[in-house]
Parts: sequence; structure tokens; C-alpha cells
Amino acid sequence: MISQFFVLSQRGDNIVFRDYRGVVPKGSAEIFFRKVKFWKEDGEGDAPPVFNVDGVNYFHVKVAGLLFVATTRVNVSPSLVLELLQRIARVIKDYLGILNEDSLRKNFVLVYELLDEVIDFGYVKTTSTEVLKSYIFNEPIVIDAARVPSLGAAGIFMQGSKRRMPGTAVTKSVVANEPGGRKREEIFVDIIEKISVTFSSSGYILTSEIDGTIQMKSYLSGNPEIRLALNDDLSIGRGRSSIYDYGNSSGSGSVILDDCNFHESVHLDNFDIDRTLALVPPDGEFPVMNYRMTQEFRTPFRINALIEEAGPLKAEVILKVRAEFASSITANTILVQMPLPTYTTRVTFELEPGAVGNTTDFKEANKRLEWGLKKIVGGSEHTLRAKLTFSQESHGNIVKESGPVSMTFTIPMYNCSRLQVKYLQIAKKSKTDNPYRWVRYVTQANSYVARL
Amino acid sequence: MAPPAQSHRSSSPSQPSGKGEVSDLKSQLRQLAGSRAPGVDDSKRDLFKKVISYMTIGIDVSAVFGEMVMCSATSDIVLKKMCYLYVGNYAKVNPDLALLTINFLQRDCKDADPMIRGLALRSLCSLRVANLVEYLVGPLGSGLKDNSSYVRIVAVMGVLKLYHISASTCVDADFPQTLKHLMLNDSDTQVVANCLTALQEIWSAEASTSEEASREREALLSKPVVYYFLNRIREFSEWAQCLVLDLAAKYVPSDNNEIFDIMNLLEDRLQHANGAVVLATIKLFLQLTLSMADVHQQVYERIKAPLLTLVSSGSPEQSYAVLSHLHLLVMRAPYIFSSDYKHFYCQYNEPSYVKKLKLEMLTAVANESNTYEIVTELCEYAANVDIPIARESIRAVGKIALQQYDVNAIVDRLLQFLEMEKDYVTAEALVLVKDLLRKYPQWSQDCIAVVGNISSKNVQEPKAKAALIWMLGEYSQEMHDAPYILESLIENWDEEHSAEVRLHLLTAVMKCFFKRPPETQNALGAALAAGLADFHQDVHDRALFYYRVLQHNVSVAERVVNPPKQAVSVFADTQSSEIKDRIFDEFNSLSVVYQKPSYMFTDKEHRGPFEFSDELGNLSIGAESAAGTVVPAHRVEANDKDLLLSTSEKEEIRGPSNNGSAYSAPSYDGSAISAASQALSELTILNPSVPGLTPQSSLAIDDLLGLGLPEIPSPAPAPSPPLLKLNSKAVLDPGTFQQKWRQLPISLSQEYSVSPQGVAALTTSEALLRHMQGHSIHCIASGGQSPNFKFFFFAQKAEELSTFLVECIINTSSAKAQIKIKADDQSASQAFSALFQSALSKFGVP
Repeated sequence: MISQFFVLSQRGDNIVFRDYRGVVPKGSAEIFFRKVKFWKEDGEGDAPPVFNVDGVNYFHVKVAGLLFVATTRVNVSPSLVLELLQRIARVIKDYLGILNEDSLRKNFVLVYELLDEVIDFGYVKTTSTEVLKSYIFNEPIVIDAARVPSLGAAGIFMQGSKRRMPGTAVTKSVVANEPGGRKREEIFVDIIEKISVTFSSSGYILTSEIDGTIQMKSYLSGNPEIRLALNDDLSIGRGRSSIYDYGNSSGSGSVILDDCNFHESVHLDNFDIDRTLALVPPDGEFPVMNYRMTQEFRTPFRINALIEEAGPLKAEVILKVRAEFASSITANTILVQMPLPTYTTRVTFELEPGAVGNTTDFKEANKRLEWGLKKIVGGSEHTLRAKLTFSQESHGNIVKESGPVSMTFTIPMYNCSRLQVKYLQIAKKSKTDNPYRWVRYVTQANSYVARL
Repeated sequence: MAPPAQSHRSSSPSQPSGKGEVSDLKSQLRQLAGSRAPGVDDSKRDLFKKVISYMTIGIDVSAVFGEMVMCSATSDIVLKKMCYLYVGNYAKVNPDLALLTINFLQRDCKDADPMIRGLALRSLCSLRVANLVEYLVGPLGSGLKDNSSYVRIVAVMGVLKLYHISASTCVDADFPQTLKHLMLNDSDTQVVANCLTALQEIWSAEASTSEEASREREALLSKPVVYYFLNRIREFSEWAQCLVLDLAAKYVPSDNNEIFDIMNLLEDRLQHANGAVVLATIKLFLQLTLSMADVHQQVYERIKAPLLTLVSSGSPEQSYAVLSHLHLLVMRAPYIFSSDYKHFYCQYNEPSYVKKLKLEMLTAVANESNTYEIVTELCEYAANVDIPIARESIRAVGKIALQQYDVNAIVDRLLQFLEMEKDYVTAEALVLVKDLLRKYPQWSQDCIAVVGNISSKNVQEPKAKAALIWMLGEYSQEMHDAPYILESLIENWDEEHSAEVRLHLLTAVMKCFFKRPPETQNALGAALAAGLADFHQDVHDRALFYYRVLQHNVSVAERVVNPPKQAVSVFADTQSSEIKDRIFDEFNSLSVVYQKPSYMFTDKEHRGPFEFSDELGNLSIGAESAAGTVVPAHRVEANDKDLLLSTSEKEEIRGPSNNGSAYSAPSYDGSAISAASQALSELTILNPSVPGLTPQSSLAIDDLLGLGLPEIPSPAPAPSPPLLKLNSKAVLDPGTFQQKWRQLPISLSQEYSVSPQGVAALTTSEALLRHMQGHSIHCIASGGQSPNFKFFFFAQKAEELSTFLVECIINTSSAKAQIKIKADDQSASQAFSALFQSALSKFGVP
């Protein structure tokens, strides 16, 4: 049970404020914002998502630069409240198409209307966009998507594959109509994988993990049933499966998930037999399935990093990145970062001859080298040399005082786990026009680190 | 719908500079109020929006209340909703104006459109004005019978709102019974879920005053009701499922088959994408299997994968909440997670609150097989750019060293830290090396060689400096420069801002003096002089004490300040097992995130429904005045505690387990006597080998040492009387009980069966209380209803002021009593337990 809900802008302004129980004092938004702001300034890092000030518990999640906050005096389940805040943000996004400060300010009356139906007297009623539709009467004032820097999963596709699909489609509201007046029948299924890899200084993989989501957004009318077929050789539960198919080790092609979970609407009746998920997708964006995999996989990039002393007060850094995926695939928005010794004063860069779309920078404030690449085509290798100047002599310890190298990237139409949607079947009663189906894959770096 | 009129300002609503805007709005609204012109609703919408945007940013627009109400006569539902929102916000502070709205809200409650009926009813109930409750009862009554489920959902919550405005009105209208009927019969699951929510709140609040309500509250936990909910759990929304799971977690199944049935039924809830559902399920599984050790462990194994998936799938905030729970489980059963250590490795981009938890988990799961890898990983973090995390990582390495038997490799790593030449790394490593030496004195040679190379000028942090000074004093024999380093530190006495460092300096120079007198004599003189002139009370007192004891007899002084030390076997845990258990009981709540039981951060009226109303924190049994009289005694104790803690052997004494006995005797009068004996025992802590103490005080020492430092042989074993006699007129006030309960460790924890006659006689808790009193065992608090009763008892020895405390939970359906005994005199707890059991077994027998 929560007492208040509010949304604050980055500067701490109330955009929406709702008090449900009247037991937490009015100034709570201000108390909260000061606490969060000073937490960082006191050198304690980010404020935790949950904290207590004078008997009031504050919960918050950050979405699109906004703070979604709930307060209560009761000892509630933190997972429940944080999940709720995240869902409220998602419902609002479903309605507004794009969630940011501007769209929220323009639509705050609609947001109040939503909140009234989502929460009553501090208890959750529903967070289903589908259910809410029948109670909501305000129409969203849609802001121009083109002017908004893309955020989240939707943005990935807009950058990567403009030819394949209209970028605005996933940013349209579930209730708004197309300019032509009639709705376009379409459904999006995104397989989004975030990968975490740590390489040791000798290039050996220390840890690797894939956190994946099959995300769905349906604009189909008439609530038809959908069947999603995954790989036949998919198995779940590392420990359990390894006992039975010992001949079938990780290299031989089967996909072994450590664990997964499913959305409410998913029926698993046939899952054990033919790896098919059946569901009637509700409106709005939602994860059909989340999965986790620690099985070995081919890492998309190899990183070689070297730092060497080159005379007194000087050192040289050599960074090499090699793309180990097929040449038909292109990674984009790549950024390689490396912390340098704190006494570094100057850095000069040397790129390969003919390198295009590269940016290099030395961030003085946190002594970090940054190397950005617009795109990397599969199979190619890229090198950066940097000459460092120090203000004091190093003590032969420069390797310990720099690194690790970390890398972020996005690779559209590529996934490491080899989990696939084999087909997407829409049970539609004899209609001539076939709905559009978009099945898209993307891989992103979560924590991609090479140690020195 | 028309675009907003305020197009001249695209982003933020304009800030009214004063009352001008508000009165402007007022007149504009007034103009529109009577208008029937086409398009008037659009203009109204724009004005209403402005009003609400002012309201949101905190500007008082209550002045336009009348006009808003006048404008609300419309069929436009968007306008109505805005008006309701406005009214709900200002009605409480303007009760007179609120009366204006009653009319149109009541009218709307009878509208043909169920949407409008529902909205109006919700607004009506949200006014929070006490003198308007009479207008609520009628619409609520018909709302509960409405054929639209939307209206019924609203009406059920309305009943709860009414209860909070006027409990008596709500109860008099018999609404709780109506809700109960709806809960068990309505076809809409949201109505059913709301009924459960409302009834839990209402009956929990009523239970303290009404027998009937507390019976009803119990009935919610009865088998038919719980099964009714569990069997249809899949029909409920995910949020309502959490509610049902919480309810089921409080249900006590009658046998193991029932437990397995429930777990099999809910097994698939662990695969839910909503973390709240999964955690609620886990809580239920953990609770159900508490008494079955092997199944309980299987549950741990089973929930591991779902928890890890939740940690990696949600937003960082959600994964933090789940990780906190995983952290709790890891701390309780590290061995189950020891092969999963790689999941607890930190990722460079994680927020520091996540990294901190992971470091603690890595520390906990380290064992013989994985220590090397974990420590290697931690050493990587030590060079991290995030300095607080780098520090935590070094501390983690140290903790692992202290909990392992094979510390060889780790010591090398720590010594490498010392050579890294980063100030904060050196500082943390010094503190660790000190602790390491206290546990493994055999490593002193290797460590001292490296520590000796560290220039004291490069160490600035008080804790690290104190650690270095301690080592200088302790190992002054081995460290060639020790007297001279100490001397130079003493020369800079005035620049040393930390009292902790100055205290350590005094002690270290004393120790050095006993070992190398000629070289240290000057330094000692200077230190004592500086200490005596110190403005800090503790430093001054310690210097004076050293001075006097040296004057008295140098060899006595040596025995006091530098006695032969026992290696520390286990460093005191910061949290008692009692508190940890309490947190575990409150799984899936904030207690886990804060790592504190709820009584430490919530006030009484906000603890959830169904908590034992007799929690120690809320004791309401008289004796408030008695608590007042003990205050002086507490004061003295607190002071003594401070004194003890300021000694250099802080850690050994800090353990919660040995606070208790030192302060146990509740000395209501002569605080002087107790203070004196405390002082004596303080001395003896420093030097257990001092001979010639009176037998009486040696008993006190034994008590103290017997708890805290068990490896020291006790000079005189406490005589445990063969026959325990209890004082039939024992007294103990609740405050002291609570304090003791917190301080003392559990000396005995048992489960006995209760005889069938006993169960039969236990219809109310009073019956047992009278019975136990007959056996000189007194009750300080009790509560619960069938089948669960909970009691707190105490008893005192007949001949001395030694107290026994008992927590006793009796489950009448399983005929079991679980007891936890805490005692001032632990040696007698076995005898007491026997006495308690025999007394309990006679209950109900004529």
C-alpha cells in the first residue's frame, strides 16, 4: 500500500502529484529530491531506490530522465512497489507513445486519469493497458517523435535498420489513430539480448552471461491468439539438462538457457513438446519471456589493450578491436573507454590511415580515454594508438593504475544465444489483409570489459 | 479534442506570479458556468487544466472551489474527472465548500452510466470530511449491490475509506459483513481482491477492541478461506495474486501433505515475470518449510535460478530489491550458493548500492574451493576508479582472510596492497593487517617487515593511523624504528586531530616502554605530559590513569596495559542472530532492504495487518511508571559501556552477546556500588591474570569472560544449584524485559509437545497465564488467537536477581510449543527449561 505517487523532472519539479492516503506530509517531494541530490554529492554514489527518512519510505525508479516516486509509512514489499512504478511508466508510455518530460507535461490530465484507475486508496487495481482502455477518456496529445532523441529498445531499431521498418511505429500510442483514420494491423516481436563479458588480461573469458527478453507490442485488432515457436533444441535449466545429454556439449548447437520466466498471458501447454508459446497479447508493450544464459557463446568482439612506458613521464596505449561476426552484419554506436593513470596530463591520438567515423577524446575530469566508432563491419579490425604524458613519474605500476577497458555497442539483427523465433502465427478469422509482423533481433553490451 | 490553449508556452505551465492569475481564472470560470454555447466544454477543459496544473505545482487554487463546482454541471466525462480530482484535493481543508459538492456527487451516483456512478462514488468517498459521512452510507450501500463490477470495485474501497473517516459509521452500517459476503460470492476477482484488502485492514484495526473482529480476522486465515483464494489464484490480476500469496504465508497448514499440495499448486508462480509475485511465492515456500530442514534446503535450491533471472532482467531498481533478498538468503546459507559465486561478480557499470551487496555476498560464499578466484576478482576491484568500492573490496579480502583457515595467499595479496602506493588502499590494508595479526599472530614476521617500510607520514586516515600505531606498540620489539616513529608522532601531538589516534598513541608508547625502556622513556614522558594537557576527556583520563598506575608499580602497569594476549578466534558479528531471524521472518518487505527489523523503522500504527499485536515494541501492560524509575540505572550502565568501549580492545568487547551479563543486575538503588564493581571488572578485562581478587568479583569476571571469550579457562566455575527455585513474586518491567531480550543471546531453543488436555484448555491465553503464574513463571505479554498463541514469560531465581526470559509460541492445531529461553545465568537455563516444561505439561490436567 502506498501513500503518495509523484513524478519529478530532472530539476525536481512536480509534474504529477497524487496523495492517496494523506498520511505522509505534503513536503515529501522536496525532502525526497534533496536527499537524492545530496546523496551523490556526499560521495556515496547514486541514492538507492529505496530509503527511509523520518519514518517515510521513499521508492523511486528513473525512466527517461524522470523520477517516478512512491511514498509509504508501511513496511511493504519493495519489489511490489518498484515493479508498480515501472509499470506505471510503461502504461503512460503506451498511451503517450513517447515518454519524456515534454510529453508528460502536455498530457498530465491524461496521466491523472490513468493514475485514478491504476491505484485506489494506495492499492493497485490494474496496470494492464488493455483493461485501462475502457476507463480512459482523455486523448493523448502526441508529440513529434522525430525531434526526440531515441531511447530504449525502440531507438535501437530506428538507428540500425531504417529501410526495414518505419521507425515511428513503436512510438505510436495504443489509442491514437493513424493519420489516415484507420489503424494499421501490425505486431512487433523483438528479441533483445544484453551481454556481459569479462576478459582476463590474457584474453581468456572469465565470465559471460546473456540476459535476454522477447518483447512484444501488438497493434492487432480483435485480440487474436498468437503462437510463437522457438528453437526445437531449446532446453531450460543447465544443471538438469546436462545430466541427460552429456554427449551434447555446448558447442554442438543446442540452446541451453539457465532459466526463464514468462508474462501472465503466456500459455505453456505445448512448450514442453514443441517449444511453442501461445498467448493473446494484451495492448501495449510487454515482455513475453525473460531468459538468462551462461552457456559459452561466441563473443562479438575481441579486445586487445596494451599500456607500456615509453620513456620518463610517457607511455603508449594500443587498443585493438576485432569484430568476430559475419560481414553481412554491422555494429553501430560503439564506444571504447579506458581509465588512465590519475597523473596523466595530455593524450595524443593516432588512428589508422583511412579510418572514418572515429572520434577520440581524453576526458580530463575523470582521466578517461574515449574512442567512438560509428560502425564496425563484421570481420574488420580497428586500432587506436594513444601517447600519454604524465605529470609525475610512475612507479612501474601503470598497468594497475589504468583500465579496465570497457566497451558499449549495439548490433542489430544479431543475437549471441542463437535463440530464434521460428515462426509467428496469428490466428485470424479469414481476413484478406495479412497483418504486418516484425521479428527483430538486437544485441547490446551490458558490461563488456577487458582487463589489462 | 482541441489542442491546449496555452500554446504560447510549450513546456512548463506558467507560474502565476500572484493572486492575479487565480482571480482571473475565477472570473473566467464564472462566465462559463451558466453558458450553454457550443464549444463551451472545450473552453472549460482548458481552464480546468490550468487549475489542475497550478494545483500540481503546489499553488493554492482553493479560491475557485465554488466556480469549479458550478462548472461541473456537464455531461463531458473528461471535465467531470478533472472536477472530481480538484474536489478531492481541496475538500479536506475546506469542509464547508465540500458540502457544496455533495449534491451533484450524489446525483451522479445514480447516473445511468456505470462509469459516472463509479467515478462519483469514488470522489464522494475521497472527500475525507468527517461531518459528511452521513451522506456516504446510502450511496455506498447501493454501490456494493450495483450490477456493474466497476462500481462494486469502487464501492468496496469506498467502505475502507469510510472506515478511516469514521470507523463507527462503517461498522454500524454492517459494511464489513457485506464485504465478507461479497468476498466469498462475487464473480469479479477484482471485487473479491478489494474485499480481502479492505477486510484485512478493517479487522486488524478493530481486533484490539472487538472480540468479534479478532475472530473474523482469524477466520480469514482459516483453511476454507485460504483454499478458496489459492484455488482460483490464476484468475486474479498479478497484483491481487501477491495479496493472496501474502495471506497464504500466514496460514498454518495442519500437516506436511497440505504443505506439499500448496507448494505444488503454486510452483509455476516462480516463473512469473513479475518480481513481486515471485518474491511473495518464495516467502510462502520458505515459511511453509521452516520446520522441515531438508525440504527447506530444496526450496533454496529451487528459488536460486528464478531469483538470479529477476536480478538480471529488470531495471536496476527492481534488481536491487531482488538482490537484497538474495543477499539475505546467501547470508543465511552461504554454502548453498558457494558454486554460484560468479553471479556475484560486480559489473563496472552497476550502481554502488548493488556493488556493495555483491561484495558482501562474495565474502560470505568464499570457501576452500573458490577463495582463490574470489580474492583474485576482488583484487581487480581494489584498483577500481570508484574509490568507495575499491575500499569495500579490500575490506572484503580482509574479511575472507579472517574467516579462512588457509590464509597464505591472501596475506600476500594484502601485503601487495600495502605496496600499491595509493593512499586509500594503504589505509584500508593497514587496518586489515592489524586485524589479521590479532587473529593470526604467527604471521607477524611477514607483515611487520612490510609495515615497517610504510612511512607514517603517508598515512593520514585516523583508522589507518591508529592501526599502524597499534602495530608499532604491539611489535615494538621486532620493529627496529618503533620508538623513534612513535616519538616523532608524539612531537606532532597538537596537529593530531583524531582522539582515537591520540588514545592509541598513549597505549602504544606504554607498550613500547615496557619492551624497550631506555629508548622510549623520553617519548613516554612527553606523551603523558601531552595527554594530561589534552582537552579531550578520554585522552586526558587515560593519560592520568597510566601515569598513576606507573607511579604505583611499573610491573602492575605492564600487566594492565600489555598483558599476554589471546588470539581473537571470532570477531563479533555486528548483528545478533535474533535480529537476523526477525528480518528473515519479514521476508519480502523493506526490512530486508534496510537490513533492520521493522520495529526499528516503522511506527506502531503503520505495521502491517496480522502482525502479533503483542510485539514487545508495543507492550501496553501498565508499568510505564516503573520504567521511569529504572532510568537512572540505565544511565550508569550506558556510561560504563562507553568506558569499556573506549579501550583499544574495542572489537572483542563490542559483541552483543556479552553486553548482557555485565549489566544484568538491575540495581535500582546504590548505583555507586555497581559503578565501582564495573570499574573493577573493566580492569580485569585488560588483565585476566591479576591475582588476589575477591571471590565475589571473580564470579563477575567469570560471567563476563564465560560469555565473551570462552577460550579462557574460568577460574571458578559458576555453581549451578542442583535444584532451581524461582521467586514467586518476581517483578520485571517491560522496558527492562525488552532491553534484556535484545541483549541476551538465546541460550536454549526447544520444541515440546503440548498434551491434548493442555490444548483443550488453551481457549484463551489468560488460562495459561494463571496456570504458569502458579509455577512462579510470569507473563509479561501475550497474544494471538487459535491456533497460534504467543507468550513472553519471565522468572527470577529465588535467592538472587537472576532472570530467565522465555518466548513461547504454542500452535494448538499441531499441539507443539516452541520456546526460546534467554538467561542472565546461562548455566541454569537447562534446569529452568526442565522446570518450564514440567509446568507447561501440567496445564489442563486437573
